Amino acid sequence: MPDLVRLIGKRLLFGLLTLFAVSVLVFIGTELLPGDLAEVILGQTATPEAVAAIRAKLNLGDPAVLRYWRWFSGVLVGDFGNSLASGRPITTVLLPRLQATLFLAATAAVIAVPLAIALGLLSALWRDRTFDKTTSAATLAAISMPEFFIGYLLVYVFAVQLGWFPAISRISPSANFGQKLWAIALPALTLTLVTTGHMMRMTRAAVVQVLSAPYIEMAELKGTPRRAIIFRHALPNAIGPIANVVVLNLAFLVVGVILVEVVFVYPGMGQLMVDAVSKRDIPLIQACAIVFAITYVGLNMLADIVSILANPRLRHPR
Amino acid sequence: MLLQIENLRIDGTDVDGNSVEIVKNVSLEVDRGQVLGLIGESGAGKSTIGLAALGYVRPGCHFAGGSVRLDGQELVGAPVGQLLDIRGRRVAYVAQSAAAAFNPAHRLLDQICEVHRRHGLGPRAAAERFAVELFGKLGLPDPERFGQRYPHQVSGGQLQRAMTVMALITKPDLVVFDEPTTALDVTTQIEVLAAMRRAIREQGAAALYVTHDLAVVAQMADRILVLRHGAAVELGETRQILEQPREDYTKALVSVRRGEHERHGGHERSVVLAVDRVDAAYGAQQVLFDVSLRVERAATVAVVGESGSGKSTLARVITGLLPPRSGQVRFGGEVLSNDLAGRSKEQRRRLQLIYQMPDVAVNPRQTVQEIIGRPLTFYLGMRGDALRRRVKDLLARIELPAHFADRFPGELSGGQKQRISIARALAAEPELIICDEVTSALDPLVADEILNLLLRLQEESGLSYLFITHDLATVRAIAHEVVVMQRGRVVDSGAKDEVMAPPFHDYTGKLIRSVPEMRTDWLDEVLAGRA
Repeated sequence: MPDLVRLIGKRLLFGLLTLFAVSVLVFIGTELLPGDLAEVILGQTATPEAVAAIRAKLNLGDPAVLRYWRWFSGVLVGDFGNSLASGRPITTVLLPRLQATLFLAATAAVIAVPLAIALGLLSALWRDRTFDKTTSAATLAAISMPEFFIGYLLVYVFAVQLGWFPAISRISPSANFGQKLWAIALPALTLTLVTTGHMMRMTRAAVVQVLSAPYIEMAELKGTPRRAIIFRHALPNAIGPIANVVVLNLAFLVVGVILVEVVFVYPGMGQLMVDAVSKRDIPLIQACAIVFAITYVGLNMLADIVSILANPRLRHPR
Repeated sequence: MLLQIENLRIDGTDVDGNSVEIVKNVSLEVDRGQVLGLIGESGAGKSTIGLAALGYVRPGCHFAGGSVRLDGQELVGAPVGQLLDIRGRRVAYVAQSAAAAFNPAHRLLDQICEVHRRHGLGPRAAAERFAVELFGKLGLPDPERFGQRYPHQVSGGQLQRAMTVMALITKPDLVVFDEPTTALDVTTQIEVLAAMRRAIREQGAAALYVTHDLAVVAQMADRILVLRHGAAVELGETRQILEQPREDYTKALVSVRRGEHERHGGHERSVVLAVDRVDAAYGAQQVLFDVSLRVERAATVAVVGESGSGKSTLARVITGLLPPRSGQVRFGGEVLSNDLAGRSKEQRRRLQLIYQMPDVAVNPRQTVQEIIGRPLTFYLGMRGDALRRRVKDLLARIELPAHFADRFPGELSGGQKQRISIARALAAEPELIICDEVTSALDPLVADEILNLLLRLQEESGLSYLFITHDLATVRAIAHEVVVMQRGRVVDSGAKDEVMAPPFHDYTGKLIRSVPEMRTDWLDEVLAGRA
């Protein structure tokens, strides 16, 4: 057991180190690029007075290390500073957007992950039969199409033609849970279509890979029905790779949804970051980047830990 | 009759999708309480027949004809439900590698009791009690708690016994043992064999025992069926097969396995190669003086000596590349012409050579298919599909995947190239292979694999080797007899155990003492001894 704890501890430590490295890169990428940051922020409207005001506001006269430390220590306690565009604390700008993104991502994940794993297992169970081939073709088609295209297609069919769901996913603050779900139905469906194929195909591949192991033949020779072979003998040994692909897609649901948010005019993190970039709101860009990094690194760390826990050799050392 | 297999034919498909006959018209019967041994080389179809007793064929194979009946019930083409009912309950299977055949994700006891549960044989507690009882009977440590472990937590020998428990938990009528001890050490093998034999006798179960090792099957079986290339060669009582084999192939198998014992007993064995009083020279310089040696069938003679001792020259004389000044070389009773040109194609076929440097011994512009295929066409007149199939067989024998046929030597490692050289020599179906320092250009681990491959091929096919080497560890590992050469003369020869043990011949002793040992003060000691 100490082995296991050490392994997981190591993963956590590496995750934190990665985040630290990312924070450095984000800082360098946004503040230390060549040229005068204040002029960059102001763009063409830069007057000497405005530039001086921005320089003073951002303490650009201080050495980079000091500025980094000031920013990083703030990040550690959840203080990202104030938005340049609105002057409001970034946390208050960011939190509702993050909530919206997580709500959409969670909704899509709740549909996509079980669906993908179930389809993958059934495809492995009925390998090379009609079900397998149909699913494979359908999911391949879904992942081959760009997500904005799928989004517009769904809008055309379900919003314009059928009128079942709204084409624009505005959520009013007073909406209840059901209304919220109704509002995000189409973006959630888009994301489901985009991610299910990938997860389903990897699940199928992982299980099929395990199915060639000698212990599967042994299970058959013990008189184990095919269904039990897939679920009892193959699935537990395929959890590592499945967890990895699931996590990769979960991460995509959070950090890769910008296009879908734009299509459905959904007020999520992606939109926020795009807006921040166009307004040259450097502190807000940094905050978004850090949130995305935390999501990505955290989820991947989770996949590593699941893989470790799924390995009986590590769970039960000799 | 419990198990009755009649005219069984099983076909498979190779990598290219061609149909291959794996089992050809094999019939056999096993009655209750009987043990039938299935013996043969790899590719003999013995495992396939063993699996057929469970109505099972591996993916890519199918029943092409004949019948498999268990208590009169036909298994070939039986509905899945019926097969599921029989497998594990009435016919159980013990796989070759228990380490691979146990699911790493579940505890041993859960996997063992799973059979019981699937077949609805009663409460789990009863199954557990019986499993614990069997653990004890098979000599597993701490039977009460043994089943709580995961497969990776116990040793290979213990796993193999646990797998026997898994087979016996349902009290089956028939157990198929598929090379169950091949993956074990020799010492562990004995215990496992004894435990398995006791267990099946106590249950009164019948068994099919699949193995390539006659000595093992002799301990287990009442009768033995000898198989080759998927067809039955000979069926008989175990004693008869061992003592009065009728077919040539069986005789060869028996004599290979007897190998060492007969030599110790001083029996006369058939001599494949005899070199008689050979003198040889390059121009004016004589390099071989009065050299004689003998190689018996299925034996390995190692020629050892330092560089310049004339051992490679000896190989050239034997192969006809260098005509000797005097003396003669006899092969299988015939006197070989001194000159290569005077030897018949058949004589050349029976004697093959593997070289020291695999890098230069294969043509880099030919594919593996062409390299191995050449002797097949030249000596055996093979072409087309038959040729491709045989090349695949040969690749399988040297443990390389079939798709290697289309590779060029440049894409292979040193060890793989040496395997290709071995396959090229094997292709001619020789009786004797001269191995000229075949491992000295390889990494130690790769070299060891090559030696093991050569040993296995000898065990399977009764090949003889003349092994030219300077490495005494190699000699210890593979030789039956040793010939020590120094400056063109044979200075010492005899059985390995005599030559390589005290009292040593002067020169042999010096060679042996010169091999560095795995301790730091070795050199000091040697030097002190000399002073």
